[in-house]
Amino acid sequence: MTDLPPIFSDWFASKGWSIHAHQQDMLDAADAPSLLLIAPTGGGKTLAGFLPTLIDLHESPGEGLHTLYVSPLKALAADIRRNLTTPVTEMGLPIRIEDRTGDTSYTQKRRQRADPPHILLTTPESLALLTSYEDAPRIFKGLKRVIVDEIHALAESKRGDQLMLALARLQSLEPGLKRIGLSATVEDPQAIADQLAHHPDPTRIVNADPGPAPDIQMLTTEELPPWAGGGAKYSIPSVLDQVKKHKTTLIFHNTRAQAEIFFHNLWLANEDDLPIGIHHGSLAREQRQKVEAAMVRGDLRAIVCTGSLDLGIDWGDVDLVIQIGAPKNVKRLVQRIGRANHRYNAPSKALLVPANRFEVVECVAALEAVKDHDLDGDPKGPGPRDVLCQHILLTACAGPFEADALYAEVITVGAYRHLTRDQFNACLEFCATGGYALRAYDKWKRLKQTDGLWHLRDPRAARNIRMNMGTIMDTDTLKVRLKSRGGGKPLGEVEEGFAATLTAGDTFLIGGQIVRYEGLDQMTVQVTRRPSDKPRIATFMGTKFATSTQLSHRIQRMFQQPDWPELPQHTADWLALQREVSKLPEPDRLLIESFPFEGRAQTVVYGFAGRNAMQTLGLLVTQRMEDSGLEPLGFVTTDYALLIWGLRPLDDPEPLFAAENLREGLETWLKGNAVMKRTFKQSATIAGLIERNTPQARKTGRQATFSSDILYDTLQKYDPDHLLLDITREEATRGLVDFGRIEEMAARTRGRIDHLHLDRVTPLAAPLFLEAGRVPVKGAGQERLLEEHAERLMASAGIDKIDPAKTRAQWRVPW
Amino acid sequence: MNEHVFTLAGATLTALPSGALWWADERMLTVSDLHLGKSERIARRGGAMLPPYEVDATLHRLAEDIARTDPATVLCLGDSFDDLTAAENLSEAHALQITRLQAGRRWIWAEGNHDPGPADLGGAHVAEYRLGPLAFRHIATAATGEISGHYHPKAAIRGQARPAFLCDADRVIMPAYGAYTGGLRSDSDVLQRLMAPSAIAILTGHRALAIPMPRSRGKAA
Repeated sequence: MTDLPPIFSDWFASKGWSIHAHQQDMLDAADAPSLLLIAPTGGGKTLAGFLPTLIDLHESPGEGLHTLYVSPLKALAADIRRNLTTPVTEMGLPIRIEDRTGDTSYTQKRRQRADPPHILLTTPESLALLTSYEDAPRIFKGLKRVIVDEIHALAESKRGDQLMLALARLQSLEPGLKRIGLSATVEDPQAIADQLAHHPDPTRIVNADPGPAPDIQMLTTEELPPWAGGGAKYSIPSVLDQVKKHKTTLIFHNTRAQAEIFFHNLWLANEDDLPIGIHHGSLAREQRQKVEAAMVRGDLRAIVCTGSLDLGIDWGDVDLVIQIGAPKNVKRLVQRIGRANHRYNAPSKALLVPANRFEVVECVAALEAVKDHDLDGDPKGPGPRDVLCQHILLTACAGPFEADALYAEVITVGAYRHLTRDQFNACLEFCATGGYALRAYDKWKRLKQTDGLWHLRDPRAARNIRMNMGTIMDTDTLKVRLKSRGGGKPLGEVEEGFAATLTAGDTFLIGGQIVRYEGLDQMTVQVTRRPSDKPRIATFMGTKFATSTQLSHRIQRMFQQPDWPELPQHTADWLALQREVSKLPEPDRLLIESFPFEGRAQTVVYGFAGRNAMQTLGLLVTQRMEDSGLEPLGFVTTDYALLIWGLRPLDDPEPLFAAENLREGLETWLKGNAVMKRTFKQSATIAGLIERNTPQARKTGRQATFSSDILYDTLQKYDPDHLLLDITREEATRGLVDFGRIEEMAARTRGRIDHLHLDRVTPLAAPLFLEAGRVPVKGAGQERLLEEHAERLMASAGIDKIDPAKTRAQWRVPW
Repeated sequence: MNEHVFTLAGATLTALPSGALWWADERMLTVSDLHLGKSERIARRGGAMLPPYEVDATLHRLAEDIARTDPATVLCLGDSFDDLTAAENLSEAHALQITRLQAGRRWIWAEGNHDPGPADLGGAHVAEYRLGPLAFRHIATAATGEISGHYHPKAAIRGQARPAFLCDADRVIMPAYGAYTGGLRSDSDVLQRLMAPSAIAILTGHRALAIPMPRSRGKAA
């Protein structure tokens, strides 16, 4: 056992603390090449990570960078600097601590490169930039440890892949570098350990005491949850009651739009004028900081929020977490619950509020999963090649490199350890020449090979490459400002697609205020305050999380019980009725119901594949129905079901759901789909084909949308085997298209389709008819809508009468 | 009926859904802002290496319009090349393709701000071109009976923006014909100033679709 040096044990004693078991474990294992700590929030995780560094710097002080700390949030880096400075100052340790993020000033950044601190706190993006400088070897000289905080959050995204590639670079510069990962509770620690390791070195895992089980229940309300919808407005009186009974409550929502509506309704019902704030990713930074500061001061009794508060600063005073809407994902629920009572060894308290009747079932299933410690998570696919392309370009910015050495370095990254040399070469070729079948750019290569070393043809390109680095893809948004002469107060952002539907006088909600759209000025939405109107709703795409595979299976297993004592009576009765008149869905079978309703042939498919996959399934299946003359008119999806309505009933569903037919649909029909184009745009931007930022001017999102669709269509037509289309297809198995889960569904239910013909709507299907987000099947419909709309516009403007040529053309183009 | 027929200064003109303008009485086809060689120019300057197929895509579309209308005259209304070097760097195959399109008809290159000098290809090179009541030049002036390009106008309907012709009693501003071209919305200040309040926008795409030109409110027109 490694003893604490006296100065440290004295400091612990002066605080009345003793070292936690896992902090001691981390200290004992300090020499492991790679070390992962799994601990609940509030467990002194950060100190556990830094103790070996502080002791080392105490025992052998020196110059230069000793430890690098990386976190997903800028705010966290600044917060850790403050928290770490306390013990360092109090013990009088000769340690300099600085942070470096997108908010750090230019002069400060220059100075840090020339004279690095002992401990540098940064983000994956700032680190990737640092490694792209020619003086990287000097900056990182002598680096001994790197700490990756909230690694569970990073590991799920491309930011984590970019970070691990940067760490591989650092490991080549400083082979003795030791890696420490700090993670919240996760379902598969080994998977995170494999990502953290410098392959094939092993990672040692330290598990902290998980603490007492959380106190988590479903909120009981007077009013029953509605049959459909996601607002949970019915729960407002009960939620307000809970807020009054607690010191500080976090009210989590799954989407920004729902958070806005709920906050608005909460405010209307808030007769006691409780101080309640709202916080989400589309609000202006100034607005968010104001709410955060009020929170830290303890001025707020509740905050309505989204995933934007999933991570971040510890707020010890939060004593209740309310989750509105089914949590969709048990792991995230557990992490959210951990936001309450950030004190070790105190149980976190949380309440779940189902937004509709089906979510009652989902909430109960989630509660049981939490009790069983059955966390969900999808296995991570291979390292994304768009991120690798960006890494190759950033590597070239730092100086000439050998392809063999870079390949050897890349496959030390867990996610890329199965990357073949051919795949690597294709990425290198893409970076060098674009990788097109038509060898157009041999003369204007971006990367050239001289004496075996790859380097930038034009060193000035480094600036462009650095300006466009990063893997976080914002949706195209427009800033919203209050209209005033001196450029009004920023309120936040709305999506461009939403802004395009606004006309002057329209009202919408943002940051809990109702505002009136006045006009667009230089890509900024100008609004005025309009407190009295009933608002339209700001639409934020945000991320709509799909219910996880594990939770979906758990719900279907629950359906198989003979009765449901754990469910409220109204919900149990509903399921029993469904069993009586039809069937309840089973995990290894696909239930399809067909019945007439409102003069249409209705078909419901209980696929349980999650929102995104069900949406894709809707597109694929209606396309095939259209082709076989079934005349589908539209569809709507939820996480568990797909409802299609059309003119003719479905007789044989078997071919519609055969895996090979669905795969063929993905290859052909989905090619032109907007979701595929968006997927392409993101990969093309990360890989460096589309530049978001140029030294001249930041392109507006609108122009980028335009050109990336054209690039996608052009590649499909002229170069269908291009690397980026291959990457797009790989991406489509996850994320918005989520084809992987459709294949999972097809494999799970193959040959076991139960198709029931019924004479009326079934209990389980009924709520689907109330769902928003109905998608019309296009065919020629879209064009006809536009034409009719245009004619109405012309008629109402009187232009159709004054245009002489319109009365009848003397000549027509012959086609 | 996929095209939109209208009149300017007494001339009957047809806006084709591809973004080309057909003057039937003169059998003249006008296209503007082809921006051939755009991907080559960006790569040459150290920028992104876009799929190098936009010359194929643009010439393919032009060949289709020519085959359908069989024009006596083809007028390219400026910015036909992304710059003069791009014109010089055009591959032999593409140069040959242009020559084939030119065979048997008059071909006029009007100059634009991207291509102010003559390219080493067949056809006449002019600063501007007049025929009957109409004047063709790259950038709009205060003159009437004028057809120009340059601004790559776009107009939106039901939230969808498409390249569009802008037309009023005095002038037509043509959409960009080239495959890799962004656009300027009709409610931008400069286009609102150029076009009369009664102007229409003819959207291109599946078919040519005329609507009152979208303007932004609260701004002086």
